Amino acid sequence: MTRLRSILQALVLLIGTMSAAMAGPYEDALPKLAADSYADTEAAIGLVAGSGHARAMNVVEALRDGRLMVAAGQVYIRDAAGQFVDVATGQAVEPPAGAKPVRVNNRVRRAVEAALGSMTLLSPEPGIRMDAARAVFRSRDAAALPTLERAIAEENDVGVREALESARAAILLNKPDASSSEKLAAIEILHARGDQDALALLSSLSPGTPAEVSDTAAKAADGIRSRLALWSGLQNVWYGISLGSVLLLAAIGLSITFGTMGVINMAHGEMVMIGAYTTFLVQEMIRTHAPGLFGASLFIALPLAFLVAGLIGILIERTVIRFLYGRPLETLLATWGISLILQQGVRTIFGPTNREVGTPAWMSGALELGGLSLTYNRIAIVVFAFAVFAALLLVLRYTSLGLYVRAVTQNRRMAGSMGIRTSRIDALAFGLGSGVAGIAGVALSQIDNVSPNLGQGYIIDSFMVVVFGGVGNLWGTLVGAMTLGIANKLLEPYAGAVLGKIVLLVAIILFIQRRPRGLFALKGRAVEA
Amino acid sequence: MTTQSVLDRQSVIVLLLLAAAAILVPVLNVAVAPGSPFHLSDHLVPLLGKYICFALLALSVDLIWGFCGILSLGHGAFFALGGYAMGMYLMRQIGPRGVYADPVLPDFMVFLNWKELPWFWHGFDWFPFAALMVLLVPGLLAFVFGWFAFRSRVTGVYLSIITQAMTFALMLAFFRNDMGFGGNNGLTDFKDILGFPIQAASTRIVLFVLSVVALAGGYMLCRWVVNSKFGKVLVAVRDAESRARFLGYRVEHYKLAVFTLSAMLAGVAGALYVPQVGIINPSEFAPANSIEMVIWVAVGGRGTLAGPILGALLVNAGKTWFTGVLPEFWLFALGGLFVFVTLLMPRGILGAGKDLWIGASQRMKPRPRPETVSQAAE
Repeated sequence: MTRLRSILQALVLLIGTMSAAMAGPYEDALPKLAADSYADTEAAIGLVAGSGHARAMNVVEALRDGRLMVAAGQVYIRDAAGQFVDVATGQAVEPPAGAKPVRVNNRVRRAVEAALGSMTLLSPEPGIRMDAARAVFRSRDAAALPTLERAIAEENDVGVREALESARAAILLNKPDASSSEKLAAIEILHARGDQDALALLSSLSPGTPAEVSDTAAKAADGIRSRLALWSGLQNVWYGISLGSVLLLAAIGLSITFGTMGVINMAHGEMVMIGAYTTFLVQEMIRTHAPGLFGASLFIALPLAFLVAGLIGILIERTVIRFLYGRPLETLLATWGISLILQQGVRTIFGPTNREVGTPAWMSGALELGGLSLTYNRIAIVVFAFAVFAALLLVLRYTSLGLYVRAVTQNRRMAGSMGIRTSRIDALAFGLGSGVAGIAGVALSQIDNVSPNLGQGYIIDSFMVVVFGGVGNLWGTLVGAMTLGIANKLLEPYAGAVLGKIVLLVAIILFIQRRPRGLFALKGRAVEA
Repeated sequence: MTTQSVLDRQSVIVLLLLAAAAILVPVLNVAVAPGSPFHLSDHLVPLLGKYICFALLALSVDLIWGFCGILSLGHGAFFALGGYAMGMYLMRQIGPRGVYADPVLPDFMVFLNWKELPWFWHGFDWFPFAALMVLLVPGLLAFVFGWFAFRSRVTGVYLSIITQAMTFALMLAFFRNDMGFGGNNGLTDFKDILGFPIQAASTRIVLFVLSVVALAGGYMLCRWVVNSKFGKVLVAVRDAESRARFLGYRVEHYKLAVFTLSAMLAGVAGALYVPQVGIINPSEFAPANSIEMVIWVAVGGRGTLAGPILGALLVNAGKTWFTGVLPEFWLFALGGLFVFVTLLMPRGILGAGKDLWIGASQRMKPRPRPETVSQAAE
């Protein structure tokens, strides 16, 4: 087939040269285009592309887009506005009667793409050259090789040169008449490139390849495979850290209230939801009153969410929970009731559907790091989670409130005997925990649907984190959150998302049997801690 | 304290009321003319049957929470497992009448392109085996779970949380199509049970009466358990676990035994529930359901045995009414109920009623301490 094609091309070329002895290849190509047969068109594309003519690019692009028209042996380009331009002269003309587009089939289309690739390889714009190099890499059209060589010789940009070289390597590796040493060099380049495309090239060599070459290729492919596996493992670890940060944010407030008061706050998830809805309201206000502030909306929402959720938390503590001390199971039920009321309240006010919370421009996009792709919003959440963690650590360590909270956590009655007003500390700790849940809601509004059910999705996971890490210990919460997050994401590729989660839940249930008070338990000598 | 007769005053009242229900409901449905204001329409019979199943479930929760202090937030799992065991029997009874008319495989398996029945579906075409599984599967899960949990002295809120994690994990598992339990559609489209068409009014009446009988049996069983010496130890564990342990009782054995028994009761409730509502799907495992059952017990009065029955009936009747008339207020009402009962009525309706009665008749005596041994065994 290829031979037939080249003979045909040569024949056509011969005739072309004879008929228009004085003109260049561009002019030679025009009658072939006008003939409107697939073989002629294909040959014409080669001529036009190699001509270096100023309008060559326009002609090939017009052909690709079906805007290259033929009428009475003349070739025209029709532009988007319907104007006709004579290809031979470059002059705008009246639309000729009976103009019809030059027909293309798949083979012509491939020739067009290859021609565009080789023409753009020499463009002065580095971006265009880069795209062209990638196009040639995909098409592996040997016809582009001479242009490619020239482009490599002239190239100054390191990145583009790499792309050009890997394109050349792709061609050489698939070119039947390339020498073994050329192919080995090509394998070297592809190995250095090391991505999925290179792997696909290396593992699909044509059957006639010499053993020496195919062995090297197989080795290079193995190398790439293990490198890719490493990167995808790292990517999963990153996803795990990202999930762990979300869990940390959701659970850290719970850890404070559980640690201090020994009560489970089932309405904790709803505090997260309230934080998310606060963000929504702040953004709505900004949209209507000060659109310029949108980039700062999250920073405005953070203190507000802390205050709103914190105040609701203190209100709950003062009106319900303080009457239930010493009855943790009843507290659990009462806070569950509160969570139902809050959910339904939000549903009544804001409707049951998801609310749109926008992402500021600085949080969109992704950072490419080696084989890793880190989205900015995930990076922001990881950083934010650790910042919240550090801030809470400092509050608990260096403020008097922190001192009292720790004292009450360790021994409530002794703390009371020392003059700490435990019930006031309870209220403040509950407010603090709820406020932290509120700012977690600001962060989660960026990655999750803001709906009345937002909190429900996190409550069981948060409990798992707290119970796993140990109560009343922020470090335990950190370790718990990160362990669960990373383990979850590392299990996912093998077991699937749902099964991975089940495995993890069962593992935690078993773990609690071994260490009923979590990883970092408070040591005490009481029979019933 | 001397051992009391199983048939004390409360039990007699409960049994009489249940007997009245078992007689009145069929009579009002069948014998009273449809035009009469006393006629009970056909769709109400399975609804009442459903409430009765919930009452049995609440009874099982009360047995461990009210008498042993174990707050399980995963009892819905045992209920659903019992339901699935019954559902599997009903699925096998469909036979070639399914949409795909496969004589052996249920429709969803044909749909998933499965060629043969998974091993755990074998035997479920035989009713006695299915009935045994209704008891064994929840019982075994409770036994294994409780064995680990109680031996390591996981108590209080920790136990509540891991029971919640258990039912959550099961829910996720049953949502998977690969598990072989119909995925998120669950098991449904049942045709008949023991040869009787499941949709027929007469079958529904029989199922209702059976549910009432099961509830009465469950009540008597629980009454017998809590009145026995075993029951006294349970109450001791509830009120002072360490002291009971120091006195030489193997606390974990008592807890494990009553937890397993309670799970089996919940399984029976689930098995009776499924043929009456006609479907079982993984949402029965949802943690929210399991928490809701606890409030039935709390409303009626934990530690009273009659209370959970009353609570389950009242709360579910309220739910039906609210979701029909004011759907958006049901969660407000339920949430408010949780807060109200825990704050102001910690001993539920029966406890509050008893306090009033005692307060009126014996004003001189001090109020009995809540949740003491004497009160529980009364």
